[in-house]
Amino acid sequence: MRVSETIFGQRFGLTERDLERYLGEALGRGGDYADLYFEYVASTSVNLDESIIKSATQGVSVGVGVRVVAGERTGYAYSDDFSPDKILRAARTAACIAEGPAKIQKLGLTPAPRHNLYDLDVPPTERDLAERADLVARADKAARAYDPRVFQVQASYGDSLRYVLVATSDGSLTFDRQPMARLNVMVLARGGANGQPQRGYAGGGGRVALEYFLNEKTPEYFARDAARQAIVQLDAAPAPAGEMTVVLGPGWPGILLHEAVGHGLEADFNRKGVSAFSGRVGQQVASPLCTVVDDGTLAYRRGSLNVDDEGVPTQRTVLIEKGILRGYLQDKLSSRLLGARLTGNGRRESYQHMPMPRMTNTFMLAGDSDPEEIIRSVPKGLYCANFGGGQVDITSGNFVFSASESYLIEGGRLTRPVRGATLIGNGPEALRYVSMVGNDLRLDEGVGICGKEGQSVPVGVGIPTVKLDRMTVGGTAA
Amino acid sequence: MNYLELAQKVVRMALERGATGAECTISEGNEFSASVRMRELENLKESGSRGAGIRVLIGRRSGSAFTSDLSAEGLEAMVASAVRLASITTEDPFAGLPAPEELGALEGDLDLYHADIAALSTPVKIELARAAEQAALDMDPRIAASEGASFDSDVGARYFANSLGFAGGYRSSSCSLSVVPVAKDGESMQRDYWFSAARSFARLEKPEEVGRKAAQRALRRLGARKAPTQRVPVVFESRVARSLVEHLFEAVSGDSIYRKASFLAGKLGERVASEKLTLIDDGTLPGLFGTAPFDDEGVPSRRTVVIERGVLNSYLLNCYTARKLGLKTTGNASRGIAGNAHVGHGNLFAEPGERTPEEIIAGIRNGFYVTELMGFGVNIVTGDYSRGAAGLWIENGELAYPVHEVTIAGNLAEMLMNLEAVAADLEFRSSVASPTLMIGEMTVSGH
Repeated sequence: MRVSETIFGQRFGLTERDLERYLGEALGRGGDYADLYFEYVASTSVNLDESIIKSATQGVSVGVGVRVVAGERTGYAYSDDFSPDKILRAARTAACIAEGPAKIQKLGLTPAPRHNLYDLDVPPTERDLAERADLVARADKAARAYDPRVFQVQASYGDSLRYVLVATSDGSLTFDRQPMARLNVMVLARGGANGQPQRGYAGGGGRVALEYFLNEKTPEYFARDAARQAIVQLDAAPAPAGEMTVVLGPGWPGILLHEAVGHGLEADFNRKGVSAFSGRVGQQVASPLCTVVDDGTLAYRRGSLNVDDEGVPTQRTVLIEKGILRGYLQDKLSSRLLGARLTGNGRRESYQHMPMPRMTNTFMLAGDSDPEEIIRSVPKGLYCANFGGGQVDITSGNFVFSASESYLIEGGRLTRPVRGATLIGNGPEALRYVSMVGNDLRLDEGVGICGKEGQSVPVGVGIPTVKLDRMTVGGTAA
Repeated sequence: MNYLELAQKVVRMALERGATGAECTISEGNEFSASVRMRELENLKESGSRGAGIRVLIGRRSGSAFTSDLSAEGLEAMVASAVRLASITTEDPFAGLPAPEELGALEGDLDLYHADIAALSTPVKIELARAAEQAALDMDPRIAASEGASFDSDVGARYFANSLGFAGGYRSSSCSLSVVPVAKDGESMQRDYWFSAARSFARLEKPEEVGRKAAQRALRRLGARKAPTQRVPVVFESRVARSLVEHLFEAVSGDSIYRKASFLAGKLGERVASEKLTLIDDGTLPGLFGTAPFDDEGVPSRRTVVIERGVLNSYLLNCYTARKLGLKTTGNASRGIAGNAHVGHGNLFAEPGERTPEEIIAGIRNGFYVTELMGFGVNIVTGDYSRGAAGLWIENGELAYPVHEVTIAGNLAEMLMNLEAVAADLEFRSSVASPTLMIGEMTVSGH
């Protein structure tokens, strides 16, 4: 694709020659590598509360980031103005990371390959506003209709369309148009024994068209699930405390993998030798039942990308194969310094941020066990169906994730719901206790946001039903 | 035209396009960051950006928009978009601007901006980071690696105007120095961090001090083990105690209260905590991070005693939540640059007591001194609390050995009643601060 065919050419007059000039300026002080990241994002959000649409917001954010790499050093500058003098100034600022005469004389840009994972005829951002507002109104109705004990509903819908152009001094030029949409429903219910309100949450989306919410995962689908969770919690008992057998349900509980192994396998931490997984490639870090992959090439998924934010096509990367650690997630800088192959995991939050190795969609492959049979095999333990967020300390390897819907398992059956509790484990050890893996791999609904060093990016997770023989559960009931 | 005049012009544009009320925010900022790792410069970043946002009211409907394009066309498009969006929102009888008599700004210099930060040269800033990391590496041979040290600064300004004639703006500056050393001993590898932050360079801790503290923190975690599951007294070091104050903020915020989404909803005037706790929000304290002459609706900042000796004295409110609850705004409106205002805080802190943390620890035979918390296991609706924790075990009044991979759990309502001690070590390193706090009993879950 030519620059003149992109929004950056059409609306801002950007040309290939401009890009070459900016890259030349960026390398003017002797940098080894430079790239330009042009971004144009249009977004819309609609919020419903107390059955009325209280706010609706639209916005546009435009800018370009210039990065220069010299050895292990990176210089970065950006501009929210596309005028050539502002971009040249940013290029000169970033260039200062290097000291010396320019090393690279001639630059040429060639369109580079990319996937085509979310080519929507009409992205949600271009649909009628009323159609999008109707989604939250439907969610409100459905949640209230689910059960009279529901007394409070908040629903929000948000979408964005991000245009990205990446030009690099190694000659690649990529353009991508990245849609994203998400619907969230939060419900409060009351009427349990202690009179206390309880909350339920559900949401989802992806790089999808509005039809996704009209035909596949409707507002009613998410609303009923949020209401169901709040109602379940009304009768919840205190969660247990201590080490026990834990069974994770399929889907979003895959956040375990994101925290326990995913972050620890990002190449920057390993290059610096500060991850609990550093130097462990080839070692057994999980039970042989576990194969974990990161895959940025799944069509329409929230964590997917045609190219990463360095212009590299995404791919499927095996992180753990039958329990053996296979590899890390790379960005350009780490891959060059480690002499490793690129994996298309260089991502950034916006033009104001430097790229770094990040996950895309991270999940465990399905095993052989029947999920019912997994639960039946547990005399006493905890079944976790839904989680909130998680966090990891990649150096010690300790990670947490917080169960928002879980049940006691007694005598091989789910008996009663328990209140929220945090689960804690250690990355290189936790997956060694996996003793059964279900045949029911499911990916999450499309709500994941991953934070690292102050940058947020959308991600996906997934897991089949999994039994961990030992995990510490942080409830209050000893 | 300066940005304050531009904000007023945007408000007029909105009125001309049919809005019956409007408020415009414009912000600009310059960020700088230099990071050093293993004595070498690693990253250097320097740039500025701007943004404008508008909220319009058409009767009781509101619409919002924002843009990074401050050209005439960019602002026209933004205003048009906000007006269009007001047609898809619903009439909300509580929507509106503040009452005219509520508007205003604090007089005088609030000490929010210092020119000494912008005056620092890049080599000096790199050297600060380098010196801080070097101090950490020099502490002990077991400090074998580092995630680096960084010097960061932000210098910016914020302008706000509304259709009732309010217009105001203020500049602010801040800088910080942080170090993340990694300690290794045999199989054990642990990291920790320390940072100093201030609105003026002159008030920043010396790099050597920042590096030393960070290294000491990482070193004392080496050899950490799990603890048995049990119920014990828990002491929250000041650095983590501030997270409890953040949870309290959410629980007293008008947004949670009118939705009955807080365990403190409906408890005004009631005892909700031990009388050791006095919680204050004060947006007027000169030089601090939560200080501003006016809030994001143009209402002057003030001091609000939220909890007084254990009794819930006031919620924190903006105009909208105040109207919903039949109360008056407490000057706590907050927003990015667009959208309806939500509730924020000024400098929110627990009033310090008289004992040192050591004196409090000395009185505990068997307990847990928490220095790090992980995860998001806090439910403000029910008060249920369960988080990952690391720290030091207390035996016979002394810090005995490091502990990690455990959780602490309880319920915030009970934890507040069980607050047995508040130390004297209050320090404002961000807009939320707390001295060391001791909760009488919580469940520690380990092995």
